[in-house]
Amino acid sequence: MQELKENNVLQPAMPSSWNEESKPHKFCPGCGHGIILKALGEAIDELGIKDQVVFGCDIGCSLLSWDFFACDSVQTHHGRTTPVITGMKRANNEIIGIAYMGDGGGYAIGSQHLFNAAVRNEKITIILCNNCNYGMTGGQMAPTTLPGMKTETSPYGRDIEQTGAPTKGPEMVAAVAPEGAYVARGTVANVRQAKGFIKKALENQMAGRGISFVEILSGCPTNWRTNAKQTWEFIEKDMAQYFKVGELRVPQVKEG
Amino acid sequence: MAEVSLKGEQRVFMTGNEAVAWAAVAAKVDIMYGYPITPQNEIMHYWTRLAPKYGKRFLQVEDEISAGFTTLGGVMSGRKAFTATAGPGNVLMQESAGMAEMMRLPIVYIIQQRGGPSTATVIYAQQETTLTCFGGNGEGHRIVYSTATHQELFDYTIKAFNSAWTYRFPTFVLGDGYQAKMREPLTIYDPEERGQTLVKPVALVGENIKGKQFKHLRNTYNTEDELYEVVMANQRDWDAMAPKVVEWDQKGCEDAEVIFVTHGVVSRAASTAYDQLRAQGKKVGYFRPITVRPFPDEQLGAAVKGAKKLLVAESAYGQLLKMVKTALYGSNVEIVPMLRPGVGITTEEIVEEYSKL
Repeated sequence: MQELKENNVLQPAMPSSWNEESKPHKFCPGCGHGIILKALGEAIDELGIKDQVVFGCDIGCSLLSWDFFACDSVQTHHGRTTPVITGMKRANNEIIGIAYMGDGGGYAIGSQHLFNAAVRNEKITIILCNNCNYGMTGGQMAPTTLPGMKTETSPYGRDIEQTGAPTKGPEMVAAVAPEGAYVARGTVANVRQAKGFIKKALENQMAGRGISFVEILSGCPTNWRTNAKQTWEFIEKDMAQYFKVGELRVPQVKEG
Repeated sequence: MAEVSLKGEQRVFMTGNEAVAWAAVAAKVDIMYGYPITPQNEIMHYWTRLAPKYGKRFLQVEDEISAGFTTLGGVMSGRKAFTATAGPGNVLMQESAGMAEMMRLPIVYIIQQRGGPSTATVIYAQQETTLTCFGGNGEGHRIVYSTATHQELFDYTIKAFNSAWTYRFPTFVLGDGYQAKMREPLTIYDPEERGQTLVKPVALVGENIKGKQFKHLRNTYNTEDELYEVVMANQRDWDAMAPKVVEWDQKGCEDAEVIFVTHGVVSRAASTAYDQLRAQGKKVGYFRPITVRPFPDEQLGAAVKGAKKLLVAESAYGQLLKMVKTALYGSNVEIVPMLRPGVGITTEEIVEEYSKL
């Protein structure tokens, strides 16, 4: 954390791994990305890994984090952050590689990369923001759009007969990843827990145990067209009902 | 590390794919990322056999999109990294090549062309010339070496890594299925023993230095003007680089009436046709771009000044032809095309076409 008081004025509390020059950040009011990235920033601070981290961000709203951290960062293509960070880690395993993406990047256009990175147990950390729609492109249906939910490409509500049921990413990763994987789903409605998951995901990579995957349930009031109360209700009730929050895979740590 | 690689010069008899794998070892490449597709598979086969002996690595990934992007990850972390593909795989790899152009990432691709479009054949073609030179939603800011022999596959694979890491543009070695699968003699060697310098890679991100100045790399821009500045800066660098990397070969163009213009393995047929016809006293010439990107525009223009006709022969329907026409814009020389998409071209066929002129 930086000095909280400057000229006797209380400053906003920022993780020291944040890049102050890019603040205030560019996410919409009420967006969950800022909360997730704050949790990530604090986890990086607490683990003291700022200089080893390479932060990769995807396309979609997540790309707005390209200069978010005072860490080496790479903005890639839609869906391709997983292979870029994988390639980096395979070439130099001293790197702590973080792939940050949305549900479209992870579960649609980059799903083959997520699936196979999990199968190969790549020693990287993937953090995925699930907000039930494509935010940057204007609120289309995503793999995670809830049944009946209205989006720009499901204007009468998502018909799961036609489009299938929402993707449960952590469940998929947990099902295919070998021993050593860490898999969890957090929510911006419980930041302390989400930060704990993210920190464990980084520690799992540092221990070289296996893939670490954390999905965080997040809000998109701009595209949901919800006010604050409705936004929180949707995250805490509707989303959490379908997407169960908690840890799905925790590696057994060997004694001694 | 295991035994020292490529001690002394060795005369060997091997396939082109094997020659590429040895060249990558000779160029001190650290890691290959790959996905199977014919006819490039044996590059991976030989690399995976050689890699552990030389302390090198390999990762087989889920598709060519991933192969391209994992290779970019390797490059960004400061390792000499490459991948190899063909045909539809080359199409998928263009996405990563575009990112390499925008972010100036020194990735090396080995392309062993197969028939196209679509799945077509696994055998041979020159139909990926346009794709390899200009694929992606950009301006073709890349270097493409079109090889003709196994010796060239070896030499230019080594050179490709040097060019990529010197100029920071994606660099392609454009071979084909014939070169990939055929066996022929060549000399393999350690380039440093020959006094050649191997350009050292540099980490773009991820160096673990306490309190280092962090870097933010991106390929997205907010405004038209911002993008324009970046693309034009890359264009200026590419233009400045072009005369330094451009390569071509020519024979007898000074007094030739008819000049054969070919690239890649077809130029071997053209070269033999040239020799045979010259022995008969015919005034023929031979011109071959070795870099098809940047294309030797000026050199071709100078070579054809006294000629009446050009015979442009390629195993594609007009991909080289377009480059030749662009290079010779304003010239009055007659261009006779010999276009054989997806099939080989022999010396006899070129001589026959010549006799019809």
